[in-house]
Amino acid sequence: MAKFKKDGGRPTPAINTSALPDIVFMLLFFFMVATKMRDKEMKVKTQLPTATEVEKLEKKSRLHYIFVGPPLNAEFGTSPRVQLDDAFATVDDIQQYITLKNGEKDEKEVPFMTTSLKADKSVKMGIITDIKQELRQVNALKLSYTASKEVKD
Amino acid sequence: MGSRRRDIPEINAGSMADIAFLLLVFFLVTTTMDIPTGLQVALPPISEEPPEDSKQKKREVLEVLVNAADQLLVEGSPLTIDRLQQKTIDHLTNEGKDPTLSTTSTAAIVSLKNDRGTSYDMYVHVYNELTAAYNRVRDDYSMQEYGKSYKDLDPQRDKDKIKAVKKKYPRKLSEAEPVSIGGE
Repeated sequence: MAKFKKDGGRPTPAINTSALPDIVFMLLFFFMVATKMRDKEMKVKTQLPTATEVEKLEKKSRLHYIFVGPPLNAEFGTSPRVQLDDAFATVDDIQQYITLKNGEKDEKEVPFMTTSLKADKSVKMGIITDIKQELRQVNALKLSYTASKEVKD
Repeated sequence: MGSRRRDIPEINAGSMADIAFLLLVFFLVTTTMDIPTGLQVALPPISEEPPEDSKQKKREVLEVLVNAADQLLVEGSPLTIDRLQQKTIDHLTNEGKDPTLSTTSTAAIVSLKNDRGTSYDMYVHVYNELTAAYNRVRDDYSMQEYGKSYKDLDPQRDKDKIKAVKKKYPRKLSEAEPVSIGGE
Protein backbone atom coordinates (compact mmCIF):
# COMPACT_ATOMS: atom_id res chain seq x y z
CA MET A 1 0.00 0.00 0.00
CA ALA A 2 1.21 3.37 -0.89
CA LYS A 3 1.89 5.68 1.92
CA PHE A 4 0.08 8.98 1.88
CA LYS A 5 2.31 11.95 1.56
CA LYS A 6 1.84 14.20 4.49
CA ASP A 7 4.19 17.00 3.92
CA GLY A 8 5.47 18.66 0.90
CA GLY A 9 3.60 19.20 -2.31
CA ARG A 10 1.46 22.23 -2.97
CA PRO A 11 -1.61 22.80 -0.74
CA THR A 12 -4.91 22.56 -2.65
CA PRO A 13 -6.34 26.02 -3.22
CA ALA A 14 -9.57 26.80 -1.35
CA ILE A 15 -12.71 26.46 -3.50
CA ASN A 16 -14.28 29.77 -4.20
CA THR A 17 -17.69 29.73 -2.55
CA SER A 18 -18.58 33.36 -3.02
CA ALA A 19 -21.25 32.46 -5.61
CA LEU A 20 -22.94 29.99 -3.28
CA PRO A 21 -25.17 32.58 -1.57
CA ASP A 22 -26.39 33.69 -4.99
CA ILE A 23 -27.44 30.18 -5.87
CA VAL A 24 -29.17 29.65 -2.57
CA PHE A 25 -30.95 32.99 -2.78
CA MET A 26 -32.17 32.06 -6.23
CA LEU A 27 -33.66 28.85 -4.81
CA LEU A 28 -35.11 30.80 -1.92
CA PHE A 29 -36.89 33.25 -4.19
CA PHE A 30 -38.20 30.43 -6.31
CA PHE A 31 -39.82 28.82 -3.30
CA MET A 32 -41.12 32.12 -1.97
CA VAL A 33 -42.87 32.83 -5.26
CA ALA A 34 -44.08 29.35 -6.15
CA THR A 35 -45.53 28.36 -2.80
CA LYS A 36 -48.02 29.69 -0.35
CA MET A 37 -48.02 29.76 3.41
CA ARG A 38 -49.51 26.80 5.17
CA ASP A 39 -52.10 28.61 7.19
CA LYS A 40 -54.38 25.97 8.56
CA GLU A 41 -53.66 23.07 10.76
CA MET A 42 -55.59 20.08 9.53
CA LYS A 43 -57.65 18.28 12.10
CA VAL A 44 -59.52 16.03 9.70
CA LYS A 45 -58.25 13.72 7.01
CA THR A 46 -59.10 14.95 3.54
CA GLN A 47 -58.05 12.61 0.84
CA LEU A 48 -59.43 14.40 -2.17
CA PRO A 49 -61.34 12.66 -4.94
CA THR A 50 -59.99 12.96 -8.45
CA ALA A 51 -61.72 14.52 -11.43
CA THR A 52 -60.80 15.43 -14.99
CA GLU A 53 -62.83 18.60 -15.41
CA VAL A 54 -61.28 20.58 -12.57
CA GLU A 55 -60.71 24.30 -12.88
CA LYS A 56 -58.14 26.35 -11.08
CA LEU A 57 -59.49 28.53 -8.34
CA GLU A 58 -58.34 32.07 -8.90
CA LYS A 59 -57.71 34.53 -6.11
CA LYS A 60 -57.13 32.78 -2.84
CA SER A 61 -58.45 35.83 -0.99
CA ARG A 62 -61.89 35.06 -2.38
CA LEU A 63 -62.13 31.61 -0.89
CA HIS A 64 -63.81 30.19 2.17
CA TYR A 65 -62.62 26.78 3.22
CA ILE A 66 -64.71 24.02 4.70
CA PHE A 67 -63.04 20.73 5.53
CA VAL A 68 -64.97 17.52 6.03
CA GLY A 69 -63.54 14.16 6.90
CA PRO A 70 -62.81 11.67 9.63
CA PRO A 71 -60.67 13.17 12.43
CA LEU A 72 -56.94 12.54 12.16
CA ASN A 73 -56.79 11.96 15.88
CA ALA A 74 -58.67 8.76 16.62
CA GLU A 75 -59.68 10.11 20.05
CA PHE A 76 -62.37 12.13 18.31
CA GLY A 77 -63.94 9.10 16.72
CA THR A 78 -64.09 8.02 13.14
CA SER A 79 -67.32 9.58 11.89
CA PRO A 80 -66.83 12.58 9.56
CA ARG A 81 -66.49 15.96 11.20
CA VAL A 82 -66.54 19.50 9.87
CA GLN A 83 -63.52 21.74 10.35
CA LEU A 84 -63.72 25.50 10.02
CA ASP A 85 -60.43 27.40 10.33
CA ASP A 86 -58.44 25.53 12.95
CA ALA A 87 -61.22 23.99 14.98
CA PHE A 88 -63.88 21.34 14.81
CA ALA A 89 -67.34 22.65 14.14
CA THR A 90 -70.79 21.39 13.36
CA VAL A 91 -72.87 21.88 10.25
CA ASP A 92 -74.95 24.46 12.14
CA ASP A 93 -71.88 26.68 12.62
CA ILE A 94 -71.38 27.16 8.90
CA GLN A 95 -73.96 29.89 8.44
CA GLN A 96 -72.43 32.00 11.17
CA TYR A 97 -68.91 31.34 9.94
CA ILE A 98 -69.65 32.41 6.36
CA THR A 99 -71.52 35.50 7.51
CA LEU A 100 -68.64 36.45 9.79
CA LYS A 101 -66.04 35.91 7.09
CA ASN A 102 -68.05 37.83 4.53
CA GLY A 103 -68.30 40.70 7.00
CA GLU A 104 -64.52 41.06 6.95
CA LYS A 105 -64.53 41.41 3.17
CA ASP A 106 -65.29 44.31 0.94
CA GLU A 107 -68.98 44.40 0.17
CA LYS A 108 -68.32 44.31 -3.55
CA GLU A 109 -66.34 41.12 -3.21
CA VAL A 110 -69.00 39.14 -1.38
CA PRO A 111 -70.91 37.91 -4.46
CA PHE A 112 -67.66 36.51 -5.84
CA MET A 113 -66.72 34.57 -2.76
CA THR A 114 -66.36 30.88 -3.51
CA THR A 115 -66.58 28.17 -0.92
CA SER A 116 -63.96 25.53 -1.36
CA LEU A 117 -65.28 22.29 0.02
CA LYS A 118 -62.47 19.93 0.86
CA ALA A 119 -64.04 16.63 1.71
CA ASP A 120 -62.60 13.20 2.12
CA LYS A 121 -63.41 10.57 -0.49
CA SER A 122 -65.04 8.32 2.06
CA VAL A 123 -67.54 10.90 3.33
CA LYS A 124 -71.18 10.15 2.63
CA MET A 125 -73.35 12.61 0.73
CA GLY A 126 -75.66 13.19 3.71
CA ILE A 127 -73.32 15.64 5.44
CA ILE A 128 -72.31 17.24 2.13
CA THR A 129 -75.97 17.89 1.30
CA ASP A 130 -76.52 19.45 4.72
CA ILE A 131 -73.55 21.76 4.11
CA LYS A 132 -74.92 22.71 0.70
CA GLN A 133 -78.27 23.58 2.27
CA GLU A 134 -76.54 25.76 4.90
CA LEU A 135 -74.60 27.56 2.17
CA ARG A 136 -77.78 28.23 0.24
CA GLN A 137 -79.32 29.70 3.40
CA VAL A 138 -76.57 32.35 3.60
CA ASN A 139 -76.63 32.90 -0.15
CA ALA A 140 -73.11 31.59 -0.63
CA LEU A 141 -73.95 30.02 -3.93
CA LYS A 142 -70.55 29.56 -5.49
CA LEU A 143 -69.20 26.23 -4.44
CA SER A 144 -66.23 24.24 -5.53
CA TYR A 145 -65.81 20.55 -4.87
CA THR A 146 -62.08 20.55 -4.39
CA ALA A 147 -60.60 17.66 -6.32
CA SER A 148 -57.19 16.86 -7.65
CA LYS A 149 -56.57 16.61 -11.33
CA GLU A 150 -56.93 13.11 -12.62
CA VAL A 151 -54.15 12.03 -14.92
CA LYS A 152 -55.58 10.04 -17.79
CA ASP A 153 -53.30 7.25 -18.86
CA MET B 1 -13.85 64.89 3.49
CA GLY B 2 -11.66 61.89 4.01
CA SER B 3 -8.30 62.87 2.77
CA ARG B 4 -6.52 59.69 3.47
CA ARG B 5 -7.56 56.80 1.35
CA ARG B 6 -7.39 53.49 3.10
CA ASP B 7 -8.08 50.04 1.69
CA ILE B 8 -11.46 48.86 2.89
CA PRO B 9 -11.03 45.34 4.23
CA GLU B 10 -13.12 42.81 2.34
CA ILE B 11 -16.30 41.79 4.13
CA ASN B 12 -16.34 38.12 4.88
CA ALA B 13 -19.32 36.69 3.03
CA GLY B 14 -18.68 33.12 3.98
CA SER B 15 -21.63 32.88 6.35
CA MET B 16 -24.02 34.46 3.88
CA ALA B 17 -24.72 31.03 2.46
CA ASP B 18 -25.64 29.78 5.92
CA ILE B 19 -28.14 32.58 6.40
CA ALA B 20 -29.65 31.99 2.97
CA PHE B 21 -29.93 28.27 3.63
CA LEU B 22 -31.66 28.96 6.90
CA LEU B 23 -34.25 31.12 5.14
CA LEU B 24 -34.64 28.55 2.38
CA VAL B 25 -35.33 25.76 4.83
CA PHE B 26 -37.81 27.94 6.69
CA PHE B 27 -39.80 28.58 3.51
CA LEU B 28 -39.62 24.95 2.46
CA VAL B 29 -41.16 23.88 5.72
CA THR B 30 -43.85 26.53 6.12
CA THR B 31 -45.25 26.66 2.62
CA THR B 32 -47.31 24.40 0.43
CA MET B 33 -47.17 24.17 -3.29
CA ASP B 34 -50.58 23.00 -4.39
CA ILE B 35 -52.85 25.34 -6.30
CA PRO B 36 -56.42 24.60 -5.32
CA THR B 37 -58.44 23.06 -8.13
CA GLY B 38 -62.02 21.93 -8.06
CA LEU B 39 -65.31 21.34 -9.80
CA GLN B 40 -67.24 24.59 -9.87
CA VAL B 41 -70.89 24.46 -8.93
CA ALA B 42 -73.51 27.19 -8.77
CA LEU B 43 -76.05 26.34 -6.10
CA PRO B 44 -79.65 27.37 -6.73
CA PRO B 45 -80.86 30.19 -4.51
CA ILE B 46 -83.43 29.32 -1.88
CA SER B 47 -86.91 30.40 -2.79
CA GLU B 48 -89.89 30.52 -0.49
CA GLU B 49 -92.36 29.43 -3.09
CA PRO B 50 -92.72 25.74 -3.71
CA PRO B 51 -91.17 24.69 -6.98
CA GLU B 52 -93.59 24.97 -9.84
CA ASP B 53 -94.91 21.82 -11.33
CA SER B 54 -92.53 20.62 -13.89
CA LYS B 55 -94.18 20.92 -17.25
CA GLN B 56 -91.08 19.51 -18.84
CA LYS B 57 -91.83 16.55 -20.95
CA LYS B 58 -90.27 13.46 -19.62
CA ARG B 59 -88.19 12.95 -22.72
CA GLU B 60 -86.31 16.22 -22.17
CA VAL B 61 -85.00 15.07 -18.83
CA LEU B 62 -82.12 12.66 -18.47
CA GLU B 63 -82.63 11.16 -15.08
CA VAL B 64 -79.49 10.09 -13.27
CA LEU B 65 -79.89 8.33 -9.96
CA VAL B 66 -77.13 7.20 -7.64
CA ASN B 67 -78.01 4.89 -4.80
CA ALA B 68 -76.37 4.26 -1.45
CA ALA B 69 -74.35 1.40 -2.91
CA ASP B 70 -72.85 3.81 -5.47
CA GLN B 71 -74.74 2.27 -8.36
CA LEU B 72 -76.04 4.29 -11.25
CA LEU B 73 -79.50 4.23 -12.74
CA VAL B 74 -79.89 6.30 -15.89
CA GLU B 75 -83.37 6.62 -17.40
CA GLY B 76 -84.50 3.60 -15.45
CA SER B 77 -81.76 1.23 -16.47
CA PRO B 78 -78.43 0.52 -14.77
CA LEU B 79 -75.34 1.97 -16.39
CA THR B 80 -71.64 1.90 -15.64
CA ILE B 81 -69.91 5.18 -14.88
CA ASP B 82 -67.61 5.02 -17.88
CA ARG B 83 -70.60 5.08 -20.21
CA LEU B 84 -72.38 7.94 -18.50
CA GLN B 85 -70.53 10.64 -20.39
CA GLN B 86 -71.43 9.21 -23.81
CA LYS B 87 -75.05 8.74 -22.74
CA THR B 88 -75.26 12.36 -21.63
CA ILE B 89 -73.67 13.55 -24.88
CA ASP B 90 -76.20 11.48 -26.82
CA HIS B 91 -78.99 13.09 -24.85
CA LEU B 92 -77.73 16.63 -25.38
CA THR B 93 -77.04 16.24 -29.09
CA ASN B 94 -80.08 14.14 -29.90
CA GLU B 95 -82.13 16.88 -31.60
CA GLY B 96 -85.22 14.71 -31.75
CA LYS B 97 -83.73 11.69 -33.46
CA ASP B 98 -84.18 9.16 -30.69
CA PRO B 99 -87.75 9.34 -29.33
CA THR B 100 -86.62 8.59 -25.78
CA LEU B 101 -84.06 11.41 -25.64
CA SER B 102 -84.35 15.20 -25.87
CA THR B 103 -85.99 17.07 -28.75
CA THR B 104 -83.59 20.02 -28.83
CA SER B 105 -80.35 20.77 -27.08
CA THR B 106 -81.77 23.96 -25.56
CA ALA B 107 -84.53 22.09 -23.77
CA ALA B 108 -82.42 19.17 -22.60
CA ILE B 109 -82.11 18.80 -18.86
CA VAL B 110 -79.96 16.53 -16.79
CA SER B 111 -81.40 15.67 -13.42
CA LEU B 112 -79.09 14.25 -10.80
CA LYS B 113 -80.44 12.66 -7.69
CA ASN B 114 -78.40 10.92 -5.07
CA ASP B 115 -78.96 9.13 -1.82
CA ARG B 116 -77.70 10.43 1.50
CA GLY B 117 -75.62 7.29 1.69
CA THR B 118 -73.88 7.82 -1.66
CA SER B 119 -70.15 8.28 -1.20
CA TYR B 120 -68.70 11.69 -1.97
CA ASP B 121 -66.14 10.06 -4.24
CA MET B 122 -68.88 8.53 -6.41
CA TYR B 123 -70.85 11.77 -6.45
CA VAL B 124 -67.83 13.76 -7.61
CA HIS B 125 -67.18 11.17 -10.31
CA VAL B 126 -70.75 11.35 -11.59
CA TYR B 127 -70.71 15.13 -11.44
CA ASN B 128 -67.41 15.13 -13.26
CA GLU B 129 -68.76 12.94 -16.05
CA LEU B 130 -71.80 15.18 -16.50
CA THR B 131 -69.61 18.29 -16.56
CA ALA B 132 -67.32 16.57 -19.03
CA ALA B 133 -70.29 15.83 -21.28
CA TYR B 134 -71.33 19.49 -21.30
CA ASN B 135 -67.76 20.58 -21.97
CA ARG B 136 -67.43 18.08 -24.80
CA VAL B 137 -70.60 19.11 -26.64
CA ARG B 138 -69.73 22.77 -26.24
CA ASP B 139 -66.22 22.13 -27.50
CA ASP B 140 -67.49 20.22 -30.53
CA TYR B 141 -70.05 22.86 -31.38
CA SER B 142 -67.52 25.65 -31.00
CA MET B 143 -65.00 23.75 -33.11
CA GLN B 144 -67.55 23.19 -35.82
CA GLU B 145 -68.80 26.79 -35.87
CA TYR B 146 -65.69 28.81 -35.15
CA GLY B 147 -62.82 26.38 -35.63
CA LYS B 148 -61.72 26.88 -32.04
CA SER B 149 -62.44 24.81 -28.97
CA TYR B 150 -64.72 26.36 -26.37
CA LYS B 151 -62.05 26.93 -23.77
CA ASP B 152 -59.80 28.66 -26.34
CA LEU B 153 -62.43 31.31 -26.99
CA ASP B 154 -61.27 34.61 -25.57
CA PRO B 155 -63.65 35.98 -22.90
CA GLN B 156 -63.22 39.53 -24.20
CA ARG B 157 -62.93 39.22 -27.96
CA ASP B 158 -65.23 36.24 -28.51
CA LYS B 159 -67.95 37.29 -26.11
CA ASP B 160 -70.70 36.73 -28.67
CA LYS B 161 -69.36 33.35 -29.65
CA ILE B 162 -69.27 32.19 -26.04
CA LYS B 163 -72.81 33.45 -25.63
CA ALA B 164 -73.93 31.59 -28.73
CA VAL B 165 -72.37 28.34 -27.58
CA LYS B 166 -73.91 28.74 -24.13
CA LYS B 167 -77.27 29.42 -25.73
CA LYS B 168 -77.02 26.35 -27.90
CA TYR B 169 -76.01 24.11 -25.01
CA PRO B 170 -77.24 25.70 -21.79
CA ARG B 171 -76.03 23.97 -18.69
CA LYS B 172 -79.23 22.70 -17.17
CA LEU B 173 -78.08 20.37 -14.48
CA SER B 174 -80.64 20.15 -11.77
CA GLU B 175 -80.09 18.43 -8.49
CA ALA B 176 -83.01 17.02 -6.61
CA GLU B 177 -83.18 16.96 -2.85
CA PRO B 178 -81.50 13.78 -1.82
CA VAL B 179 -83.46 10.94 -0.37
CA SER B 180 -82.47 8.68 2.43
CA ILE B 181 -83.25 5.12 1.56
CA GLY B 182 -79.99 3.32 1.88
CA GLY B 183 -79.07 5.01 5.14
CA GLU B 184 -75.78 6.73 5.88
